[in-house]
Amino acid sequence: MATLIIAEHDNSILKPATLNTVAAAVAIGGDVALLVVGEGCQAVADQAAQVAGVSKVLLADNAAYGHQLAENVAPLVAELAKTAGFDYVLAPATTTGKNLLPRVAALLDVGQLSDIVSVESADTFKRPIYAGNAIATVKSLDAIKVITVRGTAFDPVAAEGGSASIEAVTAVHDAALSRFVGEEVAKSDRPELTAARVIISGGRGMGNGENFALLEKVADKLGAAVGASRAAVDAGFVPNDMQVGQTGKIVAPELYIAVGISGAIQHLAGMKDSKVIVAINKDEEAPIFQVADYGLVADLFDAVPELEAKL
Amino acid sequence: MLSMRSAPAGVGLDSNAKRQNSMKVLVTVKRVLDYNVKVRVKADRSDVDLANVKMALNPFCEIAVEEAVRLKEAGVATEVIVVSIGPKAVQEQIRTALALGADRGIHIETENSPESLSVAKLLAKIVADEQPGLVILGKQAIDSDNNQTGPMLAALTGLSQGTFASEVKIEGDEALVTREVDGGLQTLGLKLPAIVTTDLRLNEPRYASLPNIMKAKKKPMEVKTPADLGVELRAHTELLGVEPPAERKGGIKVSSVAELVEKLKNEAKVI
Amino acid sequence: MSEAVNAAERESMEFDVVIVGAGPAGLSAAIRLMQQAQDAERELTVCVVEKGSEVGAHILSGAVIEPRALVELFPDWKERGAPLTTAVTEDQIYLLGDATSARRIPNALVPKTMHNHGNYVASLGNLCRWLAEQAEALGVEVFPGFAASEVLYHADGSVKGIATGDMGIGHDGQPKDSYTPGMELHAKVTLFTEGCRGHLGKQLIEKFALDKDADPQHYGLGIKELWDIDPAKHQPGLVLHGSGWPLTGKGQEGTSGGFFLYHADNHQVVVGLIVDLNYSNPWLSPFDEFQRMKHHPLFAQYLEGGKRVSYGARAITKGGFNSLPKMTMPGALLLGCDAGTLNFSKIKGTHTAMKSGLVAAESVFKALGENDSVGQDISAYTDAFKASWLYDELYRSRNFGPALHKFGTLMGGAFNFIDQNLCGGKLPVTLHDTRADYAQLTPAAQSPKIDYPKPDGKLSFDKLTSVFLSNTNHEEDQPSHLQLKDASIPIGTNLPTWAEPAQRFCPAGVYEVVEEASGPRFQINAQNCVHCKTCDIKDPSQNITWVVPEGGGGPTYPNM
Ligand SMILES: Cc1cc2nc3c(=O)[nH]c(=O)nc-3n(C[C@H](O)[C@H](O)[C@H](O)COP(=O)(O)OP(=O)(O)OC[C@H]3O[C@@H](n4cnc5c(N)ncnc54)[C@H](O)[C@@H]3O)c2cc1C
Ligand SMILES: Cc1cc2nc3c(=O)[nH]c(=O)nc-3n(C[C@H](O)[C@H](O)[C@H](O)COP(=O)(O)OP(=O)(O)OC[C@H]3O[C@@H](n4cnc5c(N)ncnc54)[C@H](O)[C@@H]3O)c2cc1C
Ligand SMILES: Cc1cc2nc3c(=O)[nH]c(=O)nc-3n(C[C@H](O)[C@H](O)[C@H](O)COP(=O)(O)OP(=O)(O)OC[C@H]3O[C@@H](n4cnc5c(N)ncnc54)[C@H](O)[C@@H]3O)c2cc1C
Ligand code: SF4
Repeated sequence: MATLIIAEHDNSILKPATLNTVAAAVAIGGDVALLVVGEGCQAVADQAAQVAGVSKVLLADNAAYGHQLAENVAPLVAELAKTAGFDYVLAPATTTGKNLLPRVAALLDVGQLSDIVSVESADTFKRPIYAGNAIATVKSLDAIKVITVRGTAFDPVAAEGGSASIEAVTAVHDAALSRFVGEEVAKSDRPELTAARVIISGGRGMGNGENFALLEKVADKLGAAVGASRAAVDAGFVPNDMQVGQTGKIVAPELYIAVGISGAIQHLAGMKDSKVIVAINKDEEAPIFQVADYGLVADLFDAVPELEAKL
Repeated sequence: MLSMRSAPAGVGLDSNAKRQNSMKVLVTVKRVLDYNVKVRVKADRSDVDLANVKMALNPFCEIAVEEAVRLKEAGVATEVIVVSIGPKAVQEQIRTALALGADRGIHIETENSPESLSVAKLLAKIVADEQPGLVILGKQAIDSDNNQTGPMLAALTGLSQGTFASEVKIEGDEALVTREVDGGLQTLGLKLPAIVTTDLRLNEPRYASLPNIMKAKKKPMEVKTPADLGVELRAHTELLGVEPPAERKGGIKVSSVAELVEKLKNEAKVI
Repeated sequence: MSEAVNAAERESMEFDVVIVGAGPAGLSAAIRLMQQAQDAERELTVCVVEKGSEVGAHILSGAVIEPRALVELFPDWKERGAPLTTAVTEDQIYLLGDATSARRIPNALVPKTMHNHGNYVASLGNLCRWLAEQAEALGVEVFPGFAASEVLYHADGSVKGIATGDMGIGHDGQPKDSYTPGMELHAKVTLFTEGCRGHLGKQLIEKFALDKDADPQHYGLGIKELWDIDPAKHQPGLVLHGSGWPLTGKGQEGTSGGFFLYHADNHQVVVGLIVDLNYSNPWLSPFDEFQRMKHHPLFAQYLEGGKRVSYGARAITKGGFNSLPKMTMPGALLLGCDAGTLNFSKIKGTHTAMKSGLVAAESVFKALGENDSVGQDISAYTDAFKASWLYDELYRSRNFGPALHKFGTLMGGAFNFIDQNLCGGKLPVTLHDTRADYAQLTPAAQSPKIDYPKPDGKLSFDKLTSVFLSNTNHEEDQPSHLQLKDASIPIGTNLPTWAEPAQRFCPAGVYEVVEEASGPRFQINAQNCVHCKTCDIKDPSQNITWVVPEGGGGPTYPNM
């Protein structure tokens, strides 16, 4: 068995999402090859060769692949999968992977399993459907299995310790169907809610809008985004676009800190998939504690400044 | 009749666009569980329970319809055709799209909603028949969350693709598509005809008005079968079961801020 | 948005008949109108507007349904696939003594109206979905997602039709990008079938003084859940009714109501409690009464190990014959529960609502055939109604109370209790009950507080978790559809006198009194509202007016 993984990178750095995808491939078993496709991306190939569990790195370095346009990369991947005898083609379920892989699958005339969260057996996987409100167990019936992998569901393999060989791939596909025009990298001191690694949210317990400054100070230290409950928004403490929950933003950061939020199901609906949840609330029976990994029963006006000081 | 809202910036018409004056836009619409309804796994865990629950137009498809209609209002597109694939009930969603401003509908009748690759194969035939200048799909359907059909269709038709679009401009024989990618925005120039999939911020769909709903009932709708299109559907996956997500369990209570910080650093390793 | 601006921008459409509300009453009327038109080969245009996002989305009932009116509408309803499939197999009636005891009333002593042989356990929402399909097949225009927000009148004061609400107005009253003005729907005759406490029906009753010869209307609040249960405990067609605990606790004397638990198909049961809204203790919370009720072994025996699937609440019009207003006025009729055709001795309003629609459709069709002028008063309806079994049934249930009293002497206190609490002994014969439900509250200071147990998360739940299962939502950025005539009353009057009972009678957690540094603040979470109409009925200051929100908002009940 052999798996081909499309490495996620920006021509200079191998993105960590690749390591989670390798972990999924390791769970499947067999040889793991990483495909680095881009332009001037030798450095990425060198990093890829270090990744634990990877036996081979394929490097397709050409101007046609510079922006990893799906029209050009997909035929390359499909060709490699067929000619080099890969049984699996995997990519992280990032916007790059989601853009590319279905095009590969269609070229191979196979289906795709999107966003898997576990490997049950060589052909059976679990994946969330209905925005994670149900988990489907799906068996692939195709000879070549094309899969995108949800990063947060697999612990990354080590970025170092491997010693894979690097092989150059010379095939060039230039469909001349699309061109790169430009890009705008999101820049802000505070990340967007839906993209943040850490979020600190305040509820009605904050008392007023000014007190949100307490959360902002913590957020600055953690590089976090600031969110809010509906009650805080409705009371006019903060604007509507900060609302997390059923009718607000759906977030799944690595760390979610809920401050003065009771934990109504409609709020939980927006953040329950966070990796680690911390609750700070003065009512020890608040429902938020039923989902919090770490709960602190305390007055937020004492706890939050102290937290800021200790970070 | 009701005054139409003027087309907003996103679909700016430049002089070259006039050359595309015979451009048809094909839009796909999928019937899915209504966004407001909580999905429930059947007691026997064979699938989710959709008996008598409200179904609706996939929100991303609604955005696709809106974009196509705006292109038409801006004079860029000449005709907006909607396609849906599935049982008879999907005609309801085609009618909704027609009420939102699409001109005619095509229903490809299948027993259930086929898998993405099959959908893409059927759509590829429609693309071959209709020769649209642009095909707009939702980036994903909110039921199966596959996020596949657009790029698959692009592969099968050999056309360019612009996924996760937050802005679409037609300039000459190119579509300029701004895409919402991880960490920012990317703009691509796509050779027409092109396949575009919509993201949430592309536009805010309008409400269908009563007269338009009534008019939609009279707009043409063709019904075809996969056999008519010469497509044989094949299963690529088998659904073995569906379960509710694992319930999150409460963790521990810490006694102080110091302990909290210590745990986050050393145990959870998130700060 | 001022009405003047609206009227200037609004388009209009003309129909022969416009029907407001796709419940059993409205849909039956629509179907019968079209059936007659087809038979007579007469062109007729009929449209139904429904505020729910789909037909059935806002329908919440028991329901054990008597098929009598359905048979009249479609003699071949079975072949057509009407979703009435679970026949009632057994009736059981209980009197709950306290949190653990229950007494079964022997069948022989159960009044006849409580027998359900020949009836069906069904979802009224699903029946309405089916009726809407039939109506559309006959050529009725059914428009879900459109709320009638305004009655339109001709210059002579007769009803001209309705206007649907504007869409896309922000909370500040200003049009948003998505603004779409409402439509005027003009009709020769408009049928109002909004169900219990219709928002426009209420205005019509007042404008045309339709209730001047009737007793005040009375209401109950029905709260209901749908459960998946252990198949081993499931007995399709088993129907339980009863009353007693928990409404009889200390300090709740005089509170009445009744419960139901029906075994439907698919290993599901529905369980519910109807609390009469003439209760007097402002500390009472119908929601919490219902939650604690489910812990009684009578319910727990079925529910334990099961999973709650859905939740909802809806008021019920139960004044019956004595409270029935005049149902016709120039250009319009008021039908079904919008008028109050429910038979409380049977706790059934579906077949009666349907029948009122049927009779009205016949009268309207005939009248329009003879004279198709606009704005006429279809007074022939009143005679047709009086000649129908509906009138007979409602009239007879008037005597239901006294009959029960007679039974009461046989059975002793227990039966009297049923009379009072379950069968509405007060209802059909409450000739002296002329005090409206909202006027019944005693001041909080003089009322014993009620200590409700905390929900256990297995059989009982909190309000917000419950509302979650009603699939309720409203576009956030719109004016509140719960309007206060005087914004100072909740905190200025209701809070000191009745401890602001809206916090407790609303089954969806819409009303909160939030303690803030500057003092208490009244918070209205309009987004949570499940459209039960209780606040409009029970607010002791009659300060809350429920108006329709943007069309499509509200619950999305499946199978309720
Ligand atoms: C259809 C619908 C959609 C909804 N959508 C959303 C949504 O998207 N997002 C959302 O958040 N909610 C949503 N809600 C509302 C939700 O049900 C809750 O009402 C809301 O989340 C409550 O916010 P809260 O926890 O801030 O307020 P509360 O429930 O009032 O909780 C405040 C908490 O702060 C604590 N506290 C107070 N003072 C202090 C202090 N000094 N120190 C520490 N703790 C303190 C209290 O103990 C309490 O637990 C929705 C509801 C409905 C029905
Ligand atoms: C776990 C799982 C098991 C499944 N098992 C089966 C099975 O056993 N048998 C089976 O037949 N199917 C099965 N399916 C298929 C499923 O029901 C979907 O219909 C299918 O995955 C289509 O994918 P999608 O809509 O999510 O595609 P996406 O790629 O997410 O859809 C993107 C866009 O494509 C367009 N589109 C998609 N479908 C249609 C359509 N029907 N009509 C018009 N436009 C459309 C829409 O614009 C949509 O927004 C399964 C799916 C999953 C996730
Ligand atoms: C808990 C409970 C249990 C019950 N049990 C039974 C039972 O077992 N058997 C039985 O026969 N009956 C039962 N009933 C009574 C029965 O449900 C009603 O009598 C019946 O639904 C009345 O029908 P209707 O058509 O008059 O109104 P409804 O069924 O209330 O329908 C009115 C419709 O109009 C819509 N509407 C309202 N206002 C507007 C507006 N302004 N614009 C547009 N649309 C609008 C509503 O959304 C709704 O869809 C029960 C009721 C409750 C609450
Ligand atoms: S606000 Fe009024 S109508 Fe809405 S759920 Fe509460 S009591 Fe019922």
